[in-house]
Amino acid sequence: MTTQERPPKLIGEPIKRREDPRLITGQGSYVDDLQPLGTLHMVIVRSPYAHARVTGIDVSAARNAPGVVAVLTPEDVQQSTEPVPVAAQLEGMHMPLRHALTGEEVKFVGEPVVAIVADDRYLAADAAELVEVEYEELPAVIDPEQALEGGPLVHGDLGTNLCVVSPIGDAEAAARAIEGAEVVIKQRLMNQRLIPNPIEPRAVLAHYEPGPGTLTVWSSTQIPHLLKTLLSACARVPEQLVRVVAPDVGGGFGCKLNVYPEEILAALASRRLERPVKFVETRQENYVATIHGRDLIGHLELGAKRDGTLVGYRIKVIADIGAYQHLLTAAIPTLTALMLQGVYKIPALSGEIVEVFTNKTPTDAYRGAGRPEATYYLERGMDLLAVELGADPVELRRKNFIGAGEFPFDTQTGLVYDSGDYEAALDKALAIVGYDDFRNEQARLREEGRYLGVGFSTYVEICGVGPSSALPAGGWEAGTVRVERTGKVTVLTGVSPHGQGEETSFAQIAAERLGVGIEDVTVIHGDTAQVSAGIGTFGSRSLAVGGTALVMSLDKIAAKAKRFAAHAMEVQADDLEFEAGQVFVKDAPEKAISLPEIATLAYNAVDLPPDTEPGLEATSYYEPGNFTFPFGTHVAVVEVDTDSGSIDLQRFISVDDCGNIINPLIVEGQIHGGLAQGIAQALYEEAVYDANGQLLSGSLMDYAVPRADQLPSFELATTVTPTGVNPLGAKGVGEAGTIGSTPAIVNAVVDALSPLGVQHIEMMLRPERVLDAIQAAKGGVR
Amino acid sequence: MPEISVTVNGVEHREEVEPRLLLVHLLRERLRLTGTHVGCDTSQCGACTVVLDGKSVKSCTVLAVQADGSELLTIEGLGKDGLHPVQQGFWDQHGLQCGYCTPGMIMAAYQLLQDDSDPSEEAIRHGLRGNLCRCTGYQNIVRAVQQAARATS
Repeated sequence: MTTQERPPKLIGEPIKRREDPRLITGQGSYVDDLQPLGTLHMVIVRSPYAHARVTGIDVSAARNAPGVVAVLTPEDVQQSTEPVPVAAQLEGMHMPLRHALTGEEVKFVGEPVVAIVADDRYLAADAAELVEVEYEELPAVIDPEQALEGGPLVHGDLGTNLCVVSPIGDAEAAARAIEGAEVVIKQRLMNQRLIPNPIEPRAVLAHYEPGPGTLTVWSSTQIPHLLKTLLSACARVPEQLVRVVAPDVGGGFGCKLNVYPEEILAALASRRLERPVKFVETRQENYVATIHGRDLIGHLELGAKRDGTLVGYRIKVIADIGAYQHLLTAAIPTLTALMLQGVYKIPALSGEIVEVFTNKTPTDAYRGAGRPEATYYLERGMDLLAVELGADPVELRRKNFIGAGEFPFDTQTGLVYDSGDYEAALDKALAIVGYDDFRNEQARLREEGRYLGVGFSTYVEICGVGPSSALPAGGWEAGTVRVERTGKVTVLTGVSPHGQGEETSFAQIAAERLGVGIEDVTVIHGDTAQVSAGIGTFGSRSLAVGGTALVMSLDKIAAKAKRFAAHAMEVQADDLEFEAGQVFVKDAPEKAISLPEIATLAYNAVDLPPDTEPGLEATSYYEPGNFTFPFGTHVAVVEVDTDSGSIDLQRFISVDDCGNIINPLIVEGQIHGGLAQGIAQALYEEAVYDANGQLLSGSLMDYAVPRADQLPSFELATTVTPTGVNPLGAKGVGEAGTIGSTPAIVNAVVDALSPLGVQHIEMMLRPERVLDAIQAAKGGVR
Repeated sequence: MPEISVTVNGVEHREEVEPRLLLVHLLRERLRLTGTHVGCDTSQCGACTVVLDGKSVKSCTVLAVQADGSELLTIEGLGKDGLHPVQQGFWDQHGLQCGYCTPGMIMAAYQLLQDDSDPSEEAIRHGLRGNLCRCTGYQNIVRAVQQAARATS
């Protein structure tokens, strides 16, 4: 080794985020912060009805209103743009398309009908008030089960509300197993509709410049590259002339993994007007016009032997997808199907996923996207089975776990779990909660009339999405490393972080591998003009897939650097090592060339090694060979007030295994945030529609995004079981908190109330539902 | 149109404004102080929180004309002379992810510590209940405010 000091270790260290200085000083740059000269503002007139025929649109007053520059109507938009894109297409699926504006028949409250473009947002809103749309109201269907049983048709021309049915597993084997089982649990389990609620609403700014003919679109998106391709088609601008930039993005949680009508409209308006056009949705628009999540009813049957051994699992899932498919709508419930088996050995399993149209906002990916539902069904099922058998819910789980020695493990749903040690995570959680002591304390307090409960959820999820065969637009990721002439390093990645901190974690990887200071590395993302290709950030994929593309490029850089060094030092490249920012001769470490010196050789290019191009830059596309499967155990401790029905969440323990960790600070933050959303599904959040299809929980006043005093401090721990799928050994952690936590809460509340005979309560667990369940268990009504 | 005078982060501004102009739009679109964000339309999220004459307010619920003659402190003014301890706390404790709620959260926390220099965890959680964060689950925000309280006491 040379005399130069080894730079500090970075991978695995809690490095403070490099994004933060700008964000804590108000220097962030979100879409609505951008205001190019001449920016116009767009406001949308939306359907107030869940289902209605549009019989007349009069925009004459709006056109003449002060400040109005353009009014877009459905007829015009339908001729000038392509329909809102749908990427997930399942076999036999009905796919009714819609354009960015609807002029014939509106099918959900919030559907865009007219767009107004004006000098400022106040004037645009004024003019929107002057648009007169005549509607003839039609019967709406809100309940998905009713929709299947001959309710009003959402799309009359289809003759059915059934979108698609997808089977999974071996139906005959599962039927036989359940028929022959000594014990069978049957339960209807509702996984309610949720609203994603990133604190930054959707925003888009489109700027068409007639000189070069380019369309630049700044969008609050998770998928700038996919948006570029799709928007180019929708707005009819050649793709090579479209640039999409995702600047700072204020959260997404899946709902910005899409292409929305307003993005198409802003692009069209800007092309027409040759001026920048901005649209920023209000929160109340966000509630009806941005995708929702979940809304799956599961009819579960779980069969076991008396000793608790699982023998069969069958489930019918009815997914209420709303009025139309969005980008990935139809694929989300199929993720539930893939993950039905959870952490257990189940010899026979089958599922039937029924997707149904209703007159509601379309659903699509919301944090967890299919896996929280699968986990909820199975983990509630395991607790119901434990009660039926009189078994301890912990020991029942342990008895059926896939063992640590059984990986890679083939599931009944066609997946191959990469690695796992479910018992280790469970044991760690048990130690933290102090399980035996808790059961004693619980029994003692019950004597006093206090109802405490503990609930478990042992989960596995599917991450690192994913092999391209599993995704409609490819599941690879791209990454470039460029060593600049001065030896400074630029990393360009196709992932598009919006809070996940890859400007830090990717810099940690690059800096450590190249042996340079982290301050000498800059990570660029979210701009299709700078980053040549990418897929985006979703499905807990950024590190496992995007990080691997980065590692591949770093390996290429190291190999090329060695070629330059070997040529300069007149040695064989194989005799060289690359470490700590130096290339040196293995047997004579005093013979070394630094990275900046190699960069000079590479770019001055006066004496190139044979068959070597100038420059020191490498791009890689990584195609994952498999998904990754993080896992863990979540435990909730609650006390229920049986007089008021209120629930006090006293402790929440989360033991998660996401494989190797690059930055524990970021991992902890991801878990915290996921837990908050998963706990909120159990306790606080539910999108509620009335019978006419009006969203009653249509604003932040009516929909309970949890506040600081509604959550406890979480108790976190990790186990580390690396994956062999990628060289980082990292699995992904963005959604784990949301996936594991929800059933733990419900299980805890039911456990607390089990002495009263309560066996199940549907989410979200609002006090009146808790009181109703207590009363029903007593054989009466409240 | 009425003319108003406001002092923002120590700088006086005179502006002609429509009576209906919201304070947050005055700050963001006229004065180009875009650190203050808008996250909702019902005064629930607190992303627009600024300090007006020594009180934290949601600037989406204040008309610009109501701020006439007032002194305002926004996120841009808080860290003028190096990071304020509240900002430092958010950085050190990973108290933010997407950063969108952060300026409002920091301003609310700043005012909370002005009113109570040594708040309990419960007081911090209660004091910040007017500000929504969807990313962090609040735990590291609590730690950030606790660090700031220690640093300033």
